Amino acid sequence: MAAPKASLHLVAPVWNGGTRGIGGLSRVVAPEGNQKKGRSLLQFLADRFYDVEALRDHLLRKRVSKVHQKNRFQGREWIRPNQRGHFSLDFLKLQAVPVEAVDASGCAINYQGLDSLLALKELQSLWLQRCPHVDDWCLSRLHPLASSLQELSLAGCPRVSERGLACLHHLWNLRRLDISDLPAVSSPGLTRILVEEMLPSCEVLGADWAQGLKLGPEEQPRDTAGPIPA
Amino acid sequence: MLRRTLLLGLCRGPLGRGLGTHRGGSILDRDGKMSEIKKKIQSILPGGDWNPLYDTSHLPPESSDVVIVGGGVLGLSVAYWLKKLEKPRGAIRVLVVERDHTYSRASTVLSVGGIRQQFSVPENVQLSLFSIDFLRNINEYLAVADDPPLDIQFNPSGYLLLASEKGAAIMENNVKVQRQEGAKVCLMSPEQLRNKFPWINTEGVALASYGMEHEGWFDPWCLLQGLRRKVQSMGVLFCHGEVTRFMSSSNLMKTASGEEVNLKRIHEVHVKIDQSLEYQPVECAIVINAAGAWSGQVAELAGIGKGPPGTLQGTKLPVELRKRYVYLWHCPQGPGLETPFVIDPSGTYFRREGLGHNYLGGCSPTEEEEPDPGNLEVDHDFFQDRVWPPLAQRVPAFETLKVRSAWAGYYDYNTFDQNGVVGPHPLVINMYFATGFSGHGLQQAPAVGRAVAEMVLEGHFQTINLSSFLFSRFYSGEKVQEHNII
Repeated sequence: MAAPKASLHLVAPVWNGGTRGIGGLSRVVAPEGNQKKGRSLLQFLADRFYDVEALRDHLLRKRVSKVHQKNRFQGREWIRPNQRGHFSLDFLKLQAVPVEAVDASGCAINYQGLDSLLALKELQSLWLQRCPHVDDWCLSRLHPLASSLQELSLAGCPRVSERGLACLHHLWNLRRLDISDLPAVSSPGLTRILVEEMLPSCEVLGADWAQGLKLGPEEQPRDTAGPIPA
Repeated sequence: MLRRTLLLGLCRGPLGRGLGTHRGGSILDRDGKMSEIKKKIQSILPGGDWNPLYDTSHLPPESSDVVIVGGGVLGLSVAYWLKKLEKPRGAIRVLVVERDHTYSRASTVLSVGGIRQQFSVPENVQLSLFSIDFLRNINEYLAVADDPPLDIQFNPSGYLLLASEKGAAIMENNVKVQRQEGAKVCLMSPEQLRNKFPWINTEGVALASYGMEHEGWFDPWCLLQGLRRKVQSMGVLFCHGEVTRFMSSSNLMKTASGEEVNLKRIHEVHVKIDQSLEYQPVECAIVINAAGAWSGQVAELAGIGKGPPGTLQGTKLPVELRKRYVYLWHCPQGPGLETPFVIDPSGTYFRREGLGHNYLGGCSPTEEEEPDPGNLEVDHDFFQDRVWPPLAQRVPAFETLKVRSAWAGYYDYNTFDQNGVVGPHPLVINMYFATGFSGHGLQQAPAVGRAVAEMVLEGHFQTINLSSFLFSRFYSGEKVQEHNII
């Protein structure tokens, strides 16, 4: 049967009167005081039955997509593929529109792939979080974006080291730089100080002072009773 | 009993018949092979000098198609490309002879490890561009199954060359040539220099050229080990020994104009084993001289330069040992993480090393103050007198610094024009050179190795045309002067 799982990060959505809840749970929804109980009952059931959890996720996703459809960008709808998976040709009209931000988080972009990004002369914000192939060589290619780039995020890139960070000084317009969680950097605290000195008008995030210190065995707040000696 | 006699009869029969019928004027005897076979059989039989119980595993093989004298980065690069470009695979046997297996005096590992495209000769720029490409994809070129990938610790911080009023016009010309070949270099005025690097004192600087991409420094030991591991996996043989003699044969030939020329061909290399009197004569087809700073001595062994001066026979290989010092110092107020490899107009250079405000640097001495290259002792007064004053003048923060350590290494200095020698010798027709790079050999090694391998396998350069680097320029006097030598 379903085994009890660790606490889920998903918070059950607030159920308004307008929605139809799952079977017998709709009764629990309306009053404020009972909402907590309702949530914990849903949580209890979801913890024990995979089907309940799947149904709850599905309903959550439906609500999220409704929210997305309501947003716009640049006065238009988001450009999405239609049922067949094809994009409408509307976006070809946008070729003259400058690209301001690129979110390439998690993409397998590499040294040759950066050719496409470097052609964007008005790029202001570039997110390269957790890109597995972005390394020091790629960072040395970013200097053509110096006049426009204001925000750069390299958090979690496994191949970026302090040697690549040294060539970010070409980006004199940079205002926000995120260098948290870089495993290849040998001393994160010292690197952060040196990068801050190198880019005086830039706010450098991540690479905390305490990151160089070793923590003891991970201590998490326990909510289930364990054999703690009294 | 019957069986044994039958077997004996069968065995001796063909052999006896074979020797009998092939006597005198047959296919086998044409090259004198029969007499060699007879000699070998005589030595195997009792009373001969071949002892099967003698262990020869420490000796190099008796024959090898290519013998590479010198196992530094240039020699290993030639070995790698020979094995990579040969058709069919496994066709060529390559032997690398290196007398110092700890590489304690090799220029490769004592080098500061920089790579740049800012040269004045276009071929040098092309060589460096290919080499940086090789270094970026080093794990595709030098991958060995089951071994961890290489990390050459490349710092892409670029080179900053400063020029005074006199040198500004030459620098502009050079930058034009470099840009034509595809290098990413930008010119900066003293004001832009002060904005970008506030720790520089721009007094006396009229122009600066800054490499934006593909320039920096890396770990030469890692490249050497990577090459060594890869060529061993490709089947190249290594020998820890010293080349003491070349046995060559001469052929008197007539050129088209009726001139008589004595062409030599090396057919045996005597390799003496370290700390022993033993030597092994290795039969070879081609010899590659990649002995670095000692290439001149190896060339003399082959008889290059033994002739009346002014003739082609009398032209020596002008590669000499030159000692250069490198100093490592600590300066807590020094330039920050963005420091490129800075080269002053006076010839002094420095670069950052690591995260802890340590810097490496030095200066090339003038001809008059060349130190004695007999040993690798460091002269600390040289730092006080010749390196520190221009450094402190250029970077005021360097007025307070503390030298942590220093070492010395050799340049394979080409006294003719400070550029490499690549390709075959016109008279000793099977000796190829890959040496004389005067301080920029490490950064061009992958590309030069490929060029020499192409010359050996195809007979001409295919990718980068290095015809202006051939040996014959020493006789004809055409200098290919490289101005940006540090």
